[in-house]
Amino acid sequence: MNNIFVYCEVSEEGSIADVSLELLSKGKKLADDLNVKLEAVVIGNKVLNLEALLYPYGVDVIHYAEDERLFPYTTLPHASIILDLFGKEKPEIALFGATSIGRDIAPRVASALRCGLTADCTSLEIGDHFENKSQTEYKNLLYQIRPAFGGNIIATIINPETRPQMATVREGVMKKEIFSNKFKGKLKKMDAKSILKDDDFAVTIIERHMEKSKIDIKNSQVIISGGYGVGSKENFNLLFQLADILGAQVGASRAAVDAGFVEHERQVGQTGVTVRPKLYIACGISGAVQHRAGMDQSAQIISINTDISAPINSIADFTIVGNVADVIPKMIKYYKKNSK
Amino acid sequence: MRFRIIVLAKQVPDTRNVGKDAMKADGTVNRAALPAIFNPEDLHALEQALSIKDKIPEAEVIILTMGPFRAAEIIREAMYRGADRGYLITDRKFAGSDTLATSYALSLACKKLAPYHLVISGRQAIDGDTAQVGPQTAEKLGIPQITYAEEILSVDAKKIIVKRRLEMGVEVVNSTLPAAITVHGSAPVCRQRVAKLLMKYKHARTVTELQNETKDYTELYNDRPYLLIDEWTADDLNAQVEMLGLSGSPTKVKKIENVVFQHKDSKVMGSSDKEIESLMQELIGSHIIG
Repeated sequence: MNNIFVYCEVSEEGSIADVSLELLSKGKKLADDLNVKLEAVVIGNKVLNLEALLYPYGVDVIHYAEDERLFPYTTLPHASIILDLFGKEKPEIALFGATSIGRDIAPRVASALRCGLTADCTSLEIGDHFENKSQTEYKNLLYQIRPAFGGNIIATIINPETRPQMATVREGVMKKEIFSNKFKGKLKKMDAKSILKDDDFAVTIIERHMEKSKIDIKNSQVIISGGYGVGSKENFNLLFQLADILGAQVGASRAAVDAGFVEHERQVGQTGVTVRPKLYIACGISGAVQHRAGMDQSAQIISINTDISAPINSIADFTIVGNVADVIPKMIKYYKKNSK
Repeated sequence: MRFRIIVLAKQVPDTRNVGKDAMKADGTVNRAALPAIFNPEDLHALEQALSIKDKIPEAEVIILTMGPFRAAEIIREAMYRGADRGYLITDRKFAGSDTLATSYALSLACKKLAPYHLVISGRQAIDGDTAQVGPQTAEKLGIPQITYAEEILSVDAKKIIVKRRLEMGVEVVNSTLPAAITVHGSAPVCRQRVAKLLMKYKHARTVTELQNETKDYTELYNDRPYLLIDEWTADDLNAQVEMLGLSGSPTKVKKIENVVFQHKDSKVMGSSDKEIESLMQELIGSHIIG
């Protein structure tokens, strides 16, 4: 069987993005399950400490394409390099971050290779499949698991016939884990100049304004999250007040973001951020499965909801039946009173 | 050459408003209970196309959708808002298409509509959230792609300048034409229906829809051929059957699980002062907060 490849995004600082390190960590486990090697694909310019950074994740081979035209990212040159590499190496599995880069390049590559791609997986596993129609047994396929259809179902997707089996995964879904600080792989440089053609530069970047997101809910130990049930932008201010006092961050469900209560950067869930805080307070959130996929690993969950049958309550440690606008001020009051 | 814009749009079940009757007693999704709507980001895409037409009046906006017969509804909706004409790709052979098979069929239809300058679609559809069909259609057409577009800053017959909205900021890019663009939800919302266009196109029908009409409209459609919405089948597109539907879809659904809530031992409490105070004391006491 061939190897597992992870497309590694180069960050603004010239390092490798967290989401890619998380995917390498997961990729290493899958590679061990399948008894194959883990290979990283890095496309950029003057990437810092590449080998020292990636080998500890158990990377056997780093494929590095370096050219000043390869950073910042544009679609066509990166696609050409990946297609050249995959054409030679024929990966068994290829993983991409479900970021604005990964979700731009992975479908383009999958289309060119005519292979299957599953977006925003929340879990990846290895398993077998028996196809009744053709009476064919497939061993060791990649199960690509994701909520679907508005979160009412969880689908397991497979690509029995085509290779690589491709998937994208959001930042924070997989855990970043060092395999061994002593692990050493090897670096293979790709000849970018000979692969790239003039046509690859049909799109040019005129201007860029990148900033590290000021909102960092992923690394917060306490998250106060609001849903559509919070009711208004004004009521969200209560959540911000509580968050200030607790040193917490404010998160939101997709419905609250769609309603314009808060910015998209705060969205928790399958199409937002995945979080694992010590405490998650869900305010007026009903708890569609896509939302729960992004927070159900929280150590403690408190749900504040007027509806006692809201799905979120079933994974909550505490369910406060009540109105957010009534309960939050009380929490603020009694926190202040008891915290000294 | 007339500036031609193809807008790719999809009719989707409104998964954002899943009510209690959306699930059947056996736990499966009751699709009939979900209203079918114009995919929201595709409406943003239509607006971008129409705003180009505002600047280049001779530009034409063609709406292209793949789906069952009833998807003609969104073609009419687009015409009420300013699209010039529309095509419905519909065939049983398309059933079960994943994004790869879908983009194959859409790309064939785009080729039939060539020469075009732009293929614009929403970033993603709310029933799948994959964001794959736009880039995959671009790849099959062999044209560059600009995803996450928020604003088209300028366009002429040869090039386009687009502002993209990314996770970490914004980027302004220049592309040669033809190009494919996927439009982000942060782009301006679509203009409303125009009364004059509503009157003009309210009888626009596909052939299939006409066959189900009780009145005979033959004369009307002879008079006003623009009221006929074209339907294209797999044969009309000269599609290779093995690349359509289930056989053209490399991804297979192995298993569907209805969402089962795993009950924790949840402590249910009211919102009285006493109850909230004792909860806060417990959280502080266990060092979860404070």
